[in-house]
Amino acid sequence: MSCSKEKAILLHGMLDGQLDAMNAVQFEEHLKVCPLCAAEYERQKQMRAAIRASGVAHKAPESLRLRIAATIGPVGADAPSAPANASRTRQRSLRTSWWISGVSLALAASLALFIALPQSRYGALEEELVDSHVRSLLASHLTDVQSSDRHTVRPWFNGKVDVAPPAVDLADKGFPLIGGRLDYIDDRVVAALVYRRNGHVINVFVRPASETKDSEPRETSYRGYNLCQWRQKGTEFWAVTDASPSELKEFEQLYSAASAAEL
Amino acid sequence: MHVSNISRSTIGPADSMPANDEAMAGRFREAVMPHLDDAYNLARYLTRNPQDAEDVVQEAYLRAYKFFGTFKGSNARPWLLAIVRNCFYTWVKARPRSDTASLTDIDLDDVDIASVVSDLWTSDAIDPEKSLIKLDDAAAVRTVIERLPTQFRETLVLREMEDLSYQEIAEITAVPIGTVMSRLARARQLFKAAWMEHQDKERRS
Repeated sequence: MSCSKEKAILLHGMLDGQLDAMNAVQFEEHLKVCPLCAAEYERQKQMRAAIRASGVAHKAPESLRLRIAATIGPVGADAPSAPANASRTRQRSLRTSWWISGVSLALAASLALFIALPQSRYGALEEELVDSHVRSLLASHLTDVQSSDRHTVRPWFNGKVDVAPPAVDLADKGFPLIGGRLDYIDDRVVAALVYRRNGHVINVFVRPASETKDSEPRETSYRGYNLCQWRQKGTEFWAVTDASPSELKEFEQLYSAASAAEL
Repeated sequence: MHVSNISRSTIGPADSMPANDEAMAGRFREAVMPHLDDAYNLARYLTRNPQDAEDVVQEAYLRAYKFFGTFKGSNARPWLLAIVRNCFYTWVKARPRSDTASLTDIDLDDVDIASVVSDLWTSDAIDPEKSLIKLDDAAAVRTVIERLPTQFRETLVLREMEDLSYQEIAEITAVPIGTVMSRLARARQLFKAAWMEHQDKERRS
């Protein structure tokens, strides 16, 4: 306890470094002569250390970060997500500067893409796919079946959709399988497989193709999201993501190579 | 859940970024996204519940993005935290179940420390499984803070965890600096009393 209410206020101002020079000097003098305030000052320093200790402040869940990032729109390249488990007070400035430099790089990269790429065709289907992608992130309903096990995910779709989506696991290639869900595209129920690339989600929508002939992957972007469409053995695939076009390309190559055997 | 109608129904693909606003989205990402942990921390301590905290933060980010054009300052963090706090109070008012008693203005001199501290501990008697004694220190600190009355809790969190100045806290909570100072002194006094009691119990057990 401080010796008076007035001194208690000054004590906290001192603790917070919020006193002007004159009051700070005066209070320091007071601390030397008032054992009550001196003891309280030490005690409050301990309390502050307990409150500022790591594990007391909460960190945002990754799913929230992804949902919010999706409402702002994608970045053209990978922006690093904030490092987990760092002591916030010590790491804050470091983290911020790291993040910003990552974002600047991302912006620079996306700018380059806008210049380099011809304007893509905007179609109703693309819009639907992007909407579904965004909705999957927003509604905390990314997956109906959550599993990284392909032998769990693929059979789950049996009888629910008229394709058996190849739920290949690409975790060792940097694209872990998160799960699958049913979605509704073009007035039909389709299968959606969910993969992750660093902080980004890749939705792969799978439905029977209208043409049986295989097609080369076709990349587009819509509202800043990147899409890639291809046909393989009578099945049509649409991958949608806010990851960069080069990552999407890499994913498409890995996925179609691995899934060919399963179609 | 009762909260979903305040945030989720207002969010849809239509609310996401218009295609031509890439530059603004970039600025927002750079200025506001890095403060997500801070926003969540504040919301979590205000709502005292992870799911509600997510809803409040999501709503706050939507509002922040919507009004980002009017933000002129150099530091978006206090601005964002003010929005989080506003969203929290809107959310509280929209709730059907009302435990707003803890939100009404409390005359500082009316707060009897002994009774608040004893309130802080009575719930342990009811639910011994949740006794603070069994929690590790960080979890116990969290619990003690969560049990403080809202005005003290928010002032303490804004100061100790969000590291804001008295001036910034005064602006965010819309009270004079003098009130911030007395709330902070009171909050710390309450925290100290509860914390020391926690340590006593721990020593005895």
